[in-house]
Amino acid sequence: MNASGVTLKPQVGVAASARRIGALVRRHAYLLLKSWPRVVSMAYYPTVTMVLWAFLTIYLAPQADFLKDAPGFFIGAVLLWDILFRGQLGVSLSFIEELYSRNLGNLFVAPMSLTDFVGGMLVMSVLRAFIGVGFACLFAWLLFRYSIFTLGFPLIAFAVGLIMFGWAIGLAVSAMILRWGLGAEELAWAAIFLVMPVSGVYYPVSVLPGWLQAISALLPSAHLFEGMRAVLLRGEFRGDLVAIAFALNALYLALGVALFAAAVRRARREGRLLQMGE
Amino acid sequence: MALSTAAIEVRELVKRYGAIEAVRGISFEVRAGSTTALLGGNGAGKTTTLSMLLGVLEPTSGEVRVLGIDMRRDRLAALPRMNFTSPYVDLPKRLKVVENLRVFADLYGVVDPAARIAALADEFDLGPLLKRPYGDLSAGQRTRVSLAKALLNGPEVLLLDEPTASLDPDIGDRVRTGLERYRTATGCTMLVASHNMGEVERLCDDVIMLRAGRVVDRGSPAELVARYGRDTMEEVFLDEARAGDVPPMLAALASPQGAATGSERREPESP
Repeated sequence: MNASGVTLKPQVGVAASARRIGALVRRHAYLLLKSWPRVVSMAYYPTVTMVLWAFLTIYLAPQADFLKDAPGFFIGAVLLWDILFRGQLGVSLSFIEELYSRNLGNLFVAPMSLTDFVGGMLVMSVLRAFIGVGFACLFAWLLFRYSIFTLGFPLIAFAVGLIMFGWAIGLAVSAMILRWGLGAEELAWAAIFLVMPVSGVYYPVSVLPGWLQAISALLPSAHLFEGMRAVLLRGEFRGDLVAIAFALNALYLALGVALFAAAVRRARREGRLLQMGE
Repeated sequence: MALSTAAIEVRELVKRYGAIEAVRGISFEVRAGSTTALLGGNGAGKTTTLSMLLGVLEPTSGEVRVLGIDMRRDRLAALPRMNFTSPYVDLPKRLKVVENLRVFADLYGVVDPAARIAALADEFDLGPLLKRPYGDLSAGQRTRVSLAKALLNGPEVLLLDEPTASLDPDIGDRVRTGLERYRTATGCTMLVASHNMGEVERLCDDVIMLRAGRVVDRGSPAELVARYGRDTMEEVFLDEARAGDVPPMLAALASPQGAATGSERREPESP
């Protein structure tokens, strides 16, 4: 107990870090849970996109043999894509939220390490992805009798691999927003779509020109979507593709954290932590 | 080795932004348990200095120690024991006051957050505001909430940047009374950047005067008033603020003919 009669919990160790991450999650959960429009908007886009691809599947099924064998080909792809997209948005939007509320200064004078701060954004990313994609999965079952769980246990590897790549992009985007201010906010929504065409979400990467295939090989998402197609079309789990994706994810995640840490260092040097905001 | 009685130690602190030198090698100590004012006009380096003390702004060179802890090396060890409030930062506007305070109580690791929030709500008359979104509050109410946030962890060192800006005299007085009570009860060290000279005279037992990033004078309010041959800290502040390179137009305004101060200026005595 200190002189003012306040007792503080231990400040070091895993439990202390988990408590601070919990506090950051609590801050965003308060915001989400009191705003139904926010929750609806998180579920709205994944669900609408899923419905669009489901109807496209119904239209193409009579002419496309592969859809007869794997009717969930496109729906599975769009749901997995949304795990990546929501995972990235979950990181970037949690960060942007702090800038909008001019709260960054309060957070960075609290006894919170950068690891805690990043940890809070990653946990929020999982929760946002779970809410957004969860609703879309539910509607896929209710409307089209498609269950994402037909992917079986590989689904876990694909989901974890994709959300990790989303974290890496989300951290890089947050670093750019911290560097250039809220004028760069559009990156949070747009950056991921640079990755989409070369990830082979709806088609095999073999249809891409050679030089784009070379770029695809560097993206964890391309390997994971190839893995998804192997499961859906041939009933084969390609552990090698998942292993490559996770190795690349480790690299990109380390790069994302390093970029974000460098942006925070620069903001600390330039005195922008207390002043950034709307 | 003798124990230092300084809660804050600053040595040769410099902050440069490119060619601009915002803080120019300042050194000072703040005695444990004292309330010290950082005074100076706009751009004197007050907020820059406070930011470096908090570790949210990296000094170009120099040393900052808070409670004996080097803020450049180990700020996370000092931060649980200190806190701050500033008009430059805000709290999430859509969160209720009680939710904001709960988040920060958890961040600081307060053992009984509900009891602490209730005590602070009582101290700063926040009871009726606790369930309201922070963004719906008036500027004065927000300032009180920010002060409550700054006291959540029972800080031993409190950095206050314009703590009563935008408060009406009544609420401003209550806040100052709250801060005085907190200091008396806890022996907290406070460093206050303020433009409110009445506040400085009432709260502070020591004043550090900054001009253009340098410490130009120091003493108790009474000592400074006597040294400058003035009646109030307001007049001391004006003398000091206008003692540097003043643009001719401002110099003319500040002259007796300009009647800017409404009183005949006397030359300050040598410090």
